[in-house]
Amino acid sequence: MPYIPTTEAQRSEMLRAIGVQSFDELIAAIPEELRLKEPLKVSEAVSELEITRMIQEKTCRNICSGAANSFLGAGVYDHFIPAAVDTIVSRPEFFTAYTPYQAEVSQGTLQFIYEYQTMICELTGMEVANASMYDGASAVAEAILMGVRKNRLTKAILPATMHPEFVKVIKCYTEGIGVELVIAPHKDGMIDLKALEAMLDDSVGSVIVQSPNFFGNIEDVFALDKLIHNQAKALMIAVVDPISLAILSAPSEYNADIVVGEGQALGNSMYMGGPLFGFFASKLDMARQMPGRIVGGTLDVEGKRSYALTLQAREQHIRRDKATSNICSNQSLCTLAATVYMSLIGRQGLIEVATQSTQKAHYLAAEISKLDGFSLSYPQATFFKEFVVNTPIAPAKIINRLLPRAIYAGVDLQRFGYDNQLMIAVTEKKSKADLDEFVKALMEVSHV
Amino acid sequence: MSKTIFDYSVANRKAYTLPKSDVDVQINDIFPAGMLRKEKAKLPEVSELDVMRHFIELSHKNHFIEKGLYPLGSCTMKYNPKLHEHLVRHSCFNNIHPYQDEQTLQGSLEILYELQNDLAEIAGMAMTTLQPVAGAQGEFAGIKIIEAYHKAKGNMHKKKIILPDSAHGTNPATCSLVGYEVVEIKSLADGRVDIAKLKEVIDDSVAGFMLTNPNTLGLFETQIEEISSLIHGVDGLMYMDGANLNALLGIVQPGKIGFDVMHYNLHKTFTTPHGGGGPGCGPVGVVEKLVPYLPVPLIGKNEDSYFFDYRHEATSIGKVHTFYGNFAIMLRAYIYIKMQGPDGLRKVSENAIINANYLMQKVKDHFHIEHTEYCMHEFVADGTWQKKANGVATIDIAKRLLDKGYHAPTIYFPLIIPEAMMVEPTETESKESIDAFAEAMIEIASECQNDPDMLHQAPLTTPVRRVDDVRAVKVLDVRYQIKD
Repeated sequence: MPYIPTTEAQRSEMLRAIGVQSFDELIAAIPEELRLKEPLKVSEAVSELEITRMIQEKTCRNICSGAANSFLGAGVYDHFIPAAVDTIVSRPEFFTAYTPYQAEVSQGTLQFIYEYQTMICELTGMEVANASMYDGASAVAEAILMGVRKNRLTKAILPATMHPEFVKVIKCYTEGIGVELVIAPHKDGMIDLKALEAMLDDSVGSVIVQSPNFFGNIEDVFALDKLIHNQAKALMIAVVDPISLAILSAPSEYNADIVVGEGQALGNSMYMGGPLFGFFASKLDMARQMPGRIVGGTLDVEGKRSYALTLQAREQHIRRDKATSNICSNQSLCTLAATVYMSLIGRQGLIEVATQSTQKAHYLAAEISKLDGFSLSYPQATFFKEFVVNTPIAPAKIINRLLPRAIYAGVDLQRFGYDNQLMIAVTEKKSKADLDEFVKALMEVSHV
Repeated sequence: MSKTIFDYSVANRKAYTLPKSDVDVQINDIFPAGMLRKEKAKLPEVSELDVMRHFIELSHKNHFIEKGLYPLGSCTMKYNPKLHEHLVRHSCFNNIHPYQDEQTLQGSLEILYELQNDLAEIAGMAMTTLQPVAGAQGEFAGIKIIEAYHKAKGNMHKKKIILPDSAHGTNPATCSLVGYEVVEIKSLADGRVDIAKLKEVIDDSVAGFMLTNPNTLGLFETQIEEISSLIHGVDGLMYMDGANLNALLGIVQPGKIGFDVMHYNLHKTFTTPHGGGGPGCGPVGVVEKLVPYLPVPLIGKNEDSYFFDYRHEATSIGKVHTFYGNFAIMLRAYIYIKMQGPDGLRKVSENAIINANYLMQKVKDHFHIEHTEYCMHEFVADGTWQKKANGVATIDIAKRLLDKGYHAPTIYFPLIIPEAMMVEPTETESKESIDAFAEAMIEIASECQNDPDMLHQAPLTTPVRRVDDVRAVKVLDVRYQIKD
């Protein structure tokens, strides 16, 4: 059997040493009638060579975004990843290690988490970040719950400009324990400030602001800051694209209290949407209310700089039913990829990535707008690397007609209830030729 | 003191190259100044070699499976096959987008469909969702499913979940997160459920019961039929924490012995890497009557193609993940199950059980073991002899093991055993490696007698000596202060 080193002779020897004749004696405690009497109905074992062929056959029935000219985004983005990221992440020293509970033999993991926390604090302008959440969606849900712990107010306002899949996850996490979710409407692809203002009162615990929002548009975060913080206790939870933070206002500049988001864009492959990771940061006075692991610098007994998990009294293995969250395993290795990515791409590189993504997205938007029947859905808004266009025919038709040309036209917003809207994402990986090819193809297939 | 990556930084040093932008668009024409960041984020400015040297240096400070035995009880630190790492990195897996058209994802969907069914068969369940990304999120989804079941039946009086005091911390934390009151009952000395105590707290308000089986002492819960008939008697549901499933493959199907919901830890039983704390994957299996409540989407199959199945959305608990969960982790588990087959899966559990009993036999004269009956895949020894005779605590023994090239067992858990050391060698360790580990344990037992002070000082040879985690809380230092 693969990966089981015990030979038949050793098995007998070990059973003898234990003092039994047969394996069955070891499980005598399991009542006979509870035991499975026949082999499991799973397919017979295959060899390494056979499974490799089986997997290759399956990959042939996937068409990867790399082989296509893809404009899919909506939370998962195809940014460039330097090769050295995978070289580090593939090292067993990192990927086969457990959670760093024994600090003395986990300094590698602990230190990279500390460096990751530092980078997240730098990007967001916050003072403390945790070691990661499962994804952007659960990070927002946990941020709302942290807000409730902080101000005891159970009403949270979600904007209609938020990722609809996030909203589903947030509902699953917060409904049922007395959190009241209210949706603030959007106007022209941005939060309707007047409508929001009318919804705000001293019962509101938190307002979530996603910017760039689901449609790619940049919210008026400074106006939102004033509105939200006009309430004595309401918290502003900012949901951000980390790439955008290289050039757009840091959430600290608009006084966000908690900052979360989806981190995949930072050096992690798309993998059909998982693993992802959620980053989670706040001001220092909320550190003790945070969910998840946090690493802190400290000293060993000889006074040598070292790292350890800190503020563990918040966590489930200590506090059990009073813990700040039930999270235990997180997305550690994805944050290692992010840390290595942010090191390699560096201060200038992240600005370059954000800038080129913006430039190319805006070039494409302008070109598509020139096509008959196409127009920007939200022309009043300023977008970052993703935008929505109204289409002359159903987006599903466009998407289908472009598939044979290996072009993934974008996300059909029909699935979220928006008719004739196609959402298009662009990263720095696109060349002008890619963009022009897409525009030309759109023109050719968009007849009725 | 080792440098941080920020200490390598030199102004204008670069490790990246990107094609030049070939579109004529100016950023200042797009964003008004007010939208732009005032100060640059102080990310490092380093070379690729700086990055490699730094992270390789960090890697040398970790314990990991290929370095030495990793006997963490209930964590199942078995070998992670390298074939998995090789196969999952194919660009038709790592470079696919979740919103691609289903017809371009047929290979992936077929894998998930088969994995969903194989996992259901392994646990004797009707159906599984692969979506939860960690054991604790599996628990959350599972308890939400229990809640949805009661709501659908109009059981508005269901308020509490019972669990034993030997449960993992995630269990009570999960119940709180869903909004259930937690009723913890004291276990019998062997960690098994005290039926008399259970009867005292059972009433009509019980929504369910959460149990780890084998329990956290490594013992099979022998009274499971009686427990489940008591819980089912008040229309409660039975939840199994599958953390210890590595003991049951091909031996017991939880869905056939009274459990209604169970989460799997693919990063334990199905050998996907722990990644220094994640990503994991925590699928949930349920019996037939709970299938309508599973998260959306499941993976469905038509005559000739596979699809994301949202048909039960109206009754579903909704979603726990933005997309479909940790796909890359599921792939690894799929490969593992295919390579094991039915006999291999059973051999996994048999050998895990043999290895644990063999190791227990070797160390039992040197460390106190409260329950010496044959264990399943793990056992709990403790340091009470050493504490009493030599003033050496379990933490000292654990740290000394680090000096000898091993990771420590899970310590001070379960809470019901003082000075606990929960040991799980797993089936991927050879007899020779278990012999060597037993010898190290025995050596430490003798060091406790001869040189207890050295034990208090341990570890002596690790990259850093004993770390002051109290200071880490008192002097909170959670981010590096970058000098610029």
